[in-house]
Amino acid sequence: MDWLKYRVAYFGLSVVLVGISVYSLVSWGLPLGIDFKGGSILEYSSEKNFSTEEAVSKAGEAGIEVESVQVVGEKNYLFRLGQVGSEEREKLREVLRKLVDGEVEEVQFQNVGPLIGPELVKKTIYALLISAGAILTWVAYQFKSVRFGVCAILAMLHDSFVLVGLFSLLGHFFGAEIDYLFVTALLTTLSFSVHDTIVVYDRIREIRKKKGGKVSEVANKALSETMRRSINNSVTIILMLLALATLGGTSVRWFALALLLGTALGTYSSPFVAVPLLVSWDESVKRFRKT
Amino acid sequence: MYIILVTLACLFVSLPREIPVKFEVGGMKVDKTLVRKDLNIGIGNFKLERSFDLKLGLDLVGGSYLVFEADTGSIIEERRTDAIESLRDVMERRVNLFGVSEPNIQTSSFEGIDRIIVELPGIKDPEAAKAIVGKTAQLVFAEVSDGEKEESGEEGSEVQFKMTELTGADLKSAAVSYDSVTGKPVVVIEFSGEGGEKFAELTGNNIGKPLVILLDNQIVSAPLVQDRIVGGSAQITGDFTLDEAKGLAIQLNAGALPVSVQLVEERTVGATLGRESVEKSVKAGIVGLSLVLIFMVVFYGKLGIVADIGLVIFGIITLALYKLVPVVLTLPGIAGFLLSVGMAVDANILIFERFREEKKKGVNMRLALETSFDRAWDSIKDANIATLVTAFVLANPLGWSFLHNSGPVRGFAITLALGIGVSLFTGVFVSRNLLRVFVGDKG
Repeated sequence: MDWLKYRVAYFGLSVVLVGISVYSLVSWGLPLGIDFKGGSILEYSSEKNFSTEEAVSKAGEAGIEVESVQVVGEKNYLFRLGQVGSEEREKLREVLRKLVDGEVEEVQFQNVGPLIGPELVKKTIYALLISAGAILTWVAYQFKSVRFGVCAILAMLHDSFVLVGLFSLLGHFFGAEIDYLFVTALLTTLSFSVHDTIVVYDRIREIRKKKGGKVSEVANKALSETMRRSINNSVTIILMLLALATLGGTSVRWFALALLLGTALGTYSSPFVAVPLLVSWDESVKRFRKT
Repeated sequence: MYIILVTLACLFVSLPREIPVKFEVGGMKVDKTLVRKDLNIGIGNFKLERSFDLKLGLDLVGGSYLVFEADTGSIIEERRTDAIESLRDVMERRVNLFGVSEPNIQTSSFEGIDRIIVELPGIKDPEAAKAIVGKTAQLVFAEVSDGEKEESGEEGSEVQFKMTELTGADLKSAAVSYDSVTGKPVVVIEFSGEGGEKFAELTGNNIGKPLVILLDNQIVSAPLVQDRIVGGSAQITGDFTLDEAKGLAIQLNAGALPVSVQLVEERTVGATLGRESVEKSVKAGIVGLSLVLIFMVVFYGKLGIVADIGLVIFGIITLALYKLVPVVLTLPGIAGFLLSVGMAVDANILIFERFREEKKKGVNMRLALETSFDRAWDSIKDANIATLVTAFVLANPLGWSFLHNSGPVRGFAITLALGIGVSLFTGVFVSRNLLRVFVGDKG
């Protein structure tokens, strides 16, 4: 099968994905969680239900500004606030106790200062640069070609950027948040993306060594031979992550989804971004040399 | 040829059995209840769970994660490390008062900001802990009241002390040195100008009596005053080991370099939420794993069964490793494990796809098998090294301060890295030997 015939379509799809990401990022920005911008999360568990609007207004009367309340599961309520100390925390619980006329259990409390976020961003960027650099070196060394490395990194950046863009969208429409777990998912996506790309590269290298031939032919053959594996492997990972996303509880739901999207993107980008890029680059270099 | 097959068949029998056995033995060293003979996987797993408890992170057992920012602005650059080390020590001693099992206290420094991260699993009253742990250390010198010094028992011993004016603020530094005569480690303390005068007066009044040094109302040292000490510098001698002397210097420095801290981050998870998370994750894991197992059988038939056996072995080994290392398991850690399951299967998928191709070429089964393993190994190795690189950066095993050093991210990376390591073993080595026999059986 001639996979590379539709090269334009793959590039087109990637351009669209990147475009959507850029648009979403520009118009809605990133839905930063408290890990990045600071603030608190308080989760309560109550046997009796209460209306969230009422809770917000009652808390307001007591002088506590609640940013949002989210109902989690059957009896849990997640409050988002600015920076709070022990005093406000106790007060809010008291307000809720009165509201439901019974006991309210605090199941979770997180308070993050404003300085933590910038540090997290910096550390993430360092982690990103180091792993990207190391992977680039590794791929370039393994395949004795900087071109291979650069294309793998480009595909990897494509994946991570689109993932960030998609989360901007999810944040806008479904209330997803970017926290340190998302950072972890992002970095995993990077490695998965390269993992997948290397498998295809490896096949290209092998075919080239054995038979040689035109770059596009070699690449095509390699793609045909690895396509089943790519899809099957993603399916197993996706099965795992789907289970985690649907059954794994709220605290890991977005994390699992981020990993899920990352896996899908990583699988897509290896045959449809990295390899076409590599082939196009190779061909244009050759064309350039001829003229 | 036949002999090889028989040998391989033996290997088949021994291999999967021996893997749990090997880890069993490692795991059983402490317990010594398990005999090595005839272990099956199920029993092995069960036994392991009994002797080694999985270490669960704060988000699973409940507890508090506190980050304090240290105000080291008033302390000169060279003394900062000392100050932070002392602070850590002080906090550790306070945390120990709470009787929390396995607290974890670590320091982190990033771009000139010093932080202390305190993890208190299973703490019942985080508010009280916060208040006490976050207090600035108080160092005071005290005289022993006359007459009662001989009965200084455990109870009410504080009453017998008379606090003096000399406090940590008068102390400039404390450091370990060696006695010029005996060569034994001693602690040298230095006072500020004013402190030196106070100290001279105090020692003058207490010759032959102990001078008690209290940190947070606890005795850290009670050296006997031999003479009036002038000049603002003193030596505490005693039968110290080097570590003891160091410990004392650190405690004295906590008073000399008082660092106020501010709580900048807190995450407290109730035990109920933690338990729920565990239950849900386990459920998700079982469902996910079953789906993968079914998928493999559907797609690869008998080969899939081999892969599944390999996967089950993978699960057992990784679980054993978590307990042996031990790895503190957090929610992200569980996610890392689940992801590594996916990657473990990948090795098999790569090999089986290769196998399918080779078989199409019409070569015999055995040859096809061997070539596909050899060929696929290159891809598996190259690809997994790339993943390991990322896991390494995330896990930050060298503790580089410019990278993440918070528990959850690390937990994820460590389980992922371990998973990849084990998957290389089970996905390639174990399933290869299983398959050799499999093919052999068919003749």
